[in-house]
Amino acid sequence: MDAYTAEVQDFFDEMVDAAGQPRPPYARLHAWLLAQPRPALRRKREAADTVFRNLGVTFAAHGDREERELPVPFDLVPRILAAAEWRLVERGIEQRVRALNAFLADVYHDQRIVRAGRLPAAVIERSPAYLPAMAGFTPPGGVYAHVSGLDLVRTGVAQFHVLEDDLGSPSGVSTMLENREATLRLFPELFAAHRVAPVERYPEQLRAMLASVAPPACAGEPTLVLLSSGSASAAFFEHAFLADQMGIELVLGSDLFVDDGWLYMRTTQGRARVDVVYRRIGDAWLDPRAFRADSLLGVPGLFEAYRAGRVTLVNAPGAGLAADRLVYSYLPQIIEFYTGEPPLLGHVPTWRCGEPEALAHVLEHLPEMVLKPLDPGDPEGTLIGPAASHKQLAALRARLQAQPAEFVAQPLLALSTCPAFTASGLAPRHVDLRPFVLFGERLRVTPGGLTRVALKRGSLLVHAEHGGGTKDTWVLEQ
Amino acid sequence: MLGRTADSLFWMSRYMERAENIARLVEAGHRLALLTGSDADAGDWRSTLASAACLDGYLARHETVAAGTAIDYLLFDPANPVSVRVCLESARDNGRSVRTALTRDMWEALNTTWNEFAAAPVAEVREGRLPEFLDWIRQRAMLFRGALLGTILRNDGYHFSQLGAFVERADQTARILDVKHYALLPEWVPAVGDVDTYTWEAILRAVSAHRSYRHVYEGPYRPGNVAEFLIVREEMPRSLRYSYRWIAASLERLALDYGTAAPVQAEARATLALLEQTGMAGIFSRGLHAFLLDFIARNNALAARIAEDYHFA
Repeated sequence: MDAYTAEVQDFFDEMVDAAGQPRPPYARLHAWLLAQPRPALRRKREAADTVFRNLGVTFAAHGDREERELPVPFDLVPRILAAAEWRLVERGIEQRVRALNAFLADVYHDQRIVRAGRLPAAVIERSPAYLPAMAGFTPPGGVYAHVSGLDLVRTGVAQFHVLEDDLGSPSGVSTMLENREATLRLFPELFAAHRVAPVERYPEQLRAMLASVAPPACAGEPTLVLLSSGSASAAFFEHAFLADQMGIELVLGSDLFVDDGWLYMRTTQGRARVDVVYRRIGDAWLDPRAFRADSLLGVPGLFEAYRAGRVTLVNAPGAGLAADRLVYSYLPQIIEFYTGEPPLLGHVPTWRCGEPEALAHVLEHLPEMVLKPLDPGDPEGTLIGPAASHKQLAALRARLQAQPAEFVAQPLLALSTCPAFTASGLAPRHVDLRPFVLFGERLRVTPGGLTRVALKRGSLLVHAEHGGGTKDTWVLEQ
Repeated sequence: MLGRTADSLFWMSRYMERAENIARLVEAGHRLALLTGSDADAGDWRSTLASAACLDGYLARHETVAAGTAIDYLLFDPANPVSVRVCLESARDNGRSVRTALTRDMWEALNTTWNEFAAAPVAEVREGRLPEFLDWIRQRAMLFRGALLGTILRNDGYHFSQLGAFVERADQTARILDVKHYALLPEWVPAVGDVDTYTWEAILRAVSAHRSYRHVYEGPYRPGNVAEFLIVREEMPRSLRYSYRWIAASLERLALDYGTAAPVQAEARATLALLEQTGMAGIFSRGLHAFLLDFIARNNALAARIAEDYHFA
């Protein structure tokens, strides 16, 4: 294999330093890669397709790949984080998730942060994720954000920034596990030469977390279920996979009912009490009596059973507020308010377009910026300035001027690069990182997470719909 | 286990069994038409459609009964609720919605079968590749059964799958017999020529029993024997009695596993006792047609009772 050349002047490369020398955690991988003849890697690439097809069948329901949106391509070269690097990231994530949780507890109780003048009340009230029905209620253990994912990007040796928090139903866990399984099968000798922290225990840890937040009314071993929106959902495969791995029932709303204030599922032996619901449907759909009356996915009376302490919902309804895009713009203050410390992870400066000065700045720099509508369901979605056409930019400029308060904007960050195996050999491609967090009795960050990679040369867009793929992510132990 | 899961497993197996049976029926009908010549064609396809329980549906869409349209209706028509196409798709959809209750081998068998059927060269099948295609359907159904029997845990999921398969098999065998019941009476006087021999052979072929018959009975086909073979012989794996032994045993195992008997168990036992104790003489004296109609009704009621007792959604 030819030498690997990264564009080290402009971007931080995960494998090599400014002089083109491998960084310590990559030393073995670097030597191994350069020793591989290109055809050998090409054969591995082909073998990977077979591995994934088989995994698809083994792992969840896929196997009928044509029904998954598009299979996300897998890149052979793993992304490596040293133990020390990971500790830094992990501490930052823990600080952040605990702060977000404290924020949610405060918002739904005393709103000290508002009274202290650190966050305008309007920011909370205008958010579609804010649920007034949660006011005054404390979920078991005081935990709101049980399952979360963070979108991290790296720009330097110790520079990790959080782009977004996902407290809804962060997906990608099954891809993370599949990727690990694939490298184990494709590169057993390379894997064995490293001490890689395990990710395989995620389902078991998820199960333990769910059991740890059983409602006060539950005596004995709690019954756990995963509530799915059904097989038409794009994430159904992940739902089925996780339920299977945890050994819990995968239920639809129609399998559940509330009677006399208690939640039950319909089994072959009659009704069975349910204590904890890991729900993968949005707040609005949970209970037609409490929220959207037209919901067919939820269970009438569920929210009342929840508020009565007879069932736990994971994540707590209303937790999505902490991932609101306008709330995000205040996060450094929020973290400091609840932890007394500055944020350990970087924050992306965010312009609130509702503020006139910010709007002027954004309008002036629109082609270089990332513009995000506050409503995550906005049909236009996020606009990435450098990737947008003149026509898109013009349309958005008009919308932005008409409804500035509906948007925030951020600069596009210089994402780090990592070697990827391309048609022309090893080449640097931009990556991000999505770690997964579980928070019940204790807080756990799965070592690594899902690395997404922009497979197009020079592209900073790691999303699957823009030609992104994924990589296995190794956190080295010690 | 969720009631919905049990329901899906029951129907997944039932649809696969049905797909296989429809393929056998078409095969037997096709052969019979070839052997007896084209003038007998329409009447035989009418019988085949009746055996598949879709004659009314067919006549609502087609004015006349002809080989080509009948075969198309039985194999490919999405509007025919018992076409092989609908069976394979429904089996796969049922399996998919409870994917975690299936083993990988079961899922692969279901999924690949449906994908390949959906991509089948229909025009080529119509033009001379029918026998090959029917073989393929039977093989795929057998692959699924093999995957199920070889890999599934012997728990309630297994019992519900087996119940679906045997309820369907019993229904199908009873229908095949009933459509030609007049030719199966011991006092039936065979017509001149080989027409009746072909009819009996077609019945046996529809349940893949034309060779095993020879191992059990000596000599030529006798109408009374054909009925006996498919109703009360317990070594015949598609007979009513064999099917009900399985149904009764599955319900018994479920009762043991669940630690409580369901009312449906008594119904299954009663039907099994009827098959074990009545004897062919009793069946013939009561009237074969009446017996079969009663059996089909009992079998339908049993399926409904299983759904009720085990809370299928």
